[in-house]
Amino acid sequence: MSTTAVSPEQQSIKPETGPILETRQLKVHFPVKRGLIIQRTVGVVKAVDGVDIQIKHGETLGLVGESGSGKTTLGRAILRLNDVADGSVRFEGQEVLELPGREMRRLRQKIGMVFQDPYGSLNPRMTAGNIVAEPMLVHKIFKDRSEITDRVMELFDTVGLNRSMATRYPHEFSGGQRQRIGIARALAPGPSLLICDEPVSALDVSIQAQIISLFDRLKEEQNLTYLFIAHDLSIVRHVSDSVAVMYLGKVMEQGNADDVYRNPQHPYTKALLSAVPIPDPKVERKRDRVVLKGDIPSPLNPPKGCVFNTRCPVAEDRCFVEIPLPQTFSDGRQIACHKVNP
Amino acid sequence: MTEALLKVKNLHTEFRTEGGIVKAVDDVSFEVNAGEIFALVGESGCGKSVTALSIMGLIPNPPGEITSGSIEFDGVDLLSLPSREMRAIRGSRIGMIFQEPMSSLNPVLTIESQLAEPLKIHENLSGNVANDRAKELIDMVGIPDSATRMKQYPHELSGGQRQRIMIAMAMACSPQLLIADEATTALDVTIQAQILDLMQDVTSQTGASLLIITHNLGIVARYADRVGVMYAGKLREVSDASDLYAEPHHPYTVGLLQSVPRLDADKGSPLSPIAGEIPDLTDLPEGCAFNPRCEWAVDKCRIEQPTLEETKPGKQVACFEHETVALRV
Repeated sequence: MSTTAVSPEQQSIKPETGPILETRQLKVHFPVKRGLIIQRTVGVVKAVDGVDIQIKHGETLGLVGESGSGKTTLGRAILRLNDVADGSVRFEGQEVLELPGREMRRLRQKIGMVFQDPYGSLNPRMTAGNIVAEPMLVHKIFKDRSEITDRVMELFDTVGLNRSMATRYPHEFSGGQRQRIGIARALAPGPSLLICDEPVSALDVSIQAQIISLFDRLKEEQNLTYLFIAHDLSIVRHVSDSVAVMYLGKVMEQGNADDVYRNPQHPYTKALLSAVPIPDPKVERKRDRVVLKGDIPSPLNPPKGCVFNTRCPVAEDRCFVEIPLPQTFSDGRQIACHKVNP
Repeated sequence: MTEALLKVKNLHTEFRTEGGIVKAVDDVSFEVNAGEIFALVGESGCGKSVTALSIMGLIPNPPGEITSGSIEFDGVDLLSLPSREMRAIRGSRIGMIFQEPMSSLNPVLTIESQLAEPLKIHENLSGNVANDRAKELIDMVGIPDSATRMKQYPHELSGGQRQRIMIAMAMACSPQLLIADEATTALDVTIQAQILDLMQDVTSQTGASLLIITHNLGIVARYADRVGVMYAGKLREVSDASDLYAEPHHPYTVGLLQSVPRLDADKGSPLSPIAGEIPDLTDLPEGCAFNPRCEWAVDKCRIEQPTLEETKPGKQVACFEHETVALRV
């Protein structure tokens, strides 16, 4: 699989049972610059600030959070599309951040990415067929061009597109169909992990359900693992085995999705879940809700101590001074809150 | 309340485009009672926003035109009003909040001057009185430190605060009807809850009606008293909110409800998406526009267009097969 040296630590991780993907203390920082010609750095946005996540083989980790939480940056950092300041990303036991360029390209065959905007992420001058074929050409997966054509046709079948559409251009497709092209492209090199960044949020409700069902089916058929990044908690509920809740660059709570959704522990998770209306008036109008006060603070100037302290209904003095570290609970859940203890 | 505040009757709004005439709103009729929250739901292109703009008299002409129908507001037919009288109603007796607060606010005017403007125009308040009232409005919509905020510009506020300012502006002249067109779609979910609660509070305090335009069935379930479901320019089902979810009678409503994942469902609970795509409005299928995606469609649906009919008290459905749909398990 790899030509790089394997450390004893890496050998101890068995790809079948251990996590397929793991980040440790991952940090992505963006400098904030001022000045027209001579720029100077005036601050740092800690978009991702010490994040540990694990995804097991064949599972879906739902990564949720509101704008500015760092969920998209985290997804991109795994593929090194953003420069990582510190920490580690391990894929199948291999350290991703230290891979040389050639190895990194090989890794990108194994990690596919589906983007939010089905309009912006497809080259308007390429036909749908060429868009799906491109990754196979780049990675030189087939010697023979006719093999690529066969594979493109197969992928069109897989994602539910008509084969005759391969010669059309992106603007001739609807939003849902474009997202199917994006998914076929991501599947083309035969990845084992798909990073899906808000893959259905630009789509209409009835089309969203079609694409989510496609993700469900692909996971079964192709034994895929997903990192599913979304702000829609109901959709994440549907797809996820485990879930990580981010706020201002930090993971507040993560664990088994059933546990977190049925019995959220972190005050932010509680508020977030209770803010999502359930499409059933009988249930929805009887719910107890926690409506948070105030806005999400600017990531440029996050609060001292716990980043959630400005909006937290149960914050105490300590929360304004000390940063809470994630603690592991008996059910395997990790929660970063001074007020929730094992 | 016996008399409806807003009566939309057989409204037709069309747009002339290069692809042909688009019937964005096609024979839409509904009523909004005084003090109630009415929601129009549907997917993109269903005509829900155009309906709202038609009520406000904000259809750009050309290319758009209200070709027939009537919109009666508090006994007055808005479509026959001269534009000067319509201006007097718009922003004073009917307020509107849009999706994108940044593009609805003037970036070069302070919050104070923008909030005071409708008061000076519609209520003839003098500068100082209007400014004092503007400060009260900022307090009402829950923005802390109103004295500082008054002197700031829109870019200095967060998205949620801008939307609060929009609500303050829309409520400035105590309108009888507030229209919120996807007003919380661009906001984060915790902010969305704040803003919707605020709209519900301010309208219930003044007794105003609230017309919510949204694609989010969760929001409808939480806030609406009655709902109209739109698809391809037509109303397909009008119903009490609780009844719509418990007993949907139109195949599109059924499909829509089965398409949305629920927060309280178990993991992997099956979704039943509606097959096919939303049709192109310049090239609608013959008969009922939903027939190519409908599992109940019969021959008649491919020829004739069903009209909205009362199927039981408080419920209207436009579907030939509604009885079969209602009987499904």
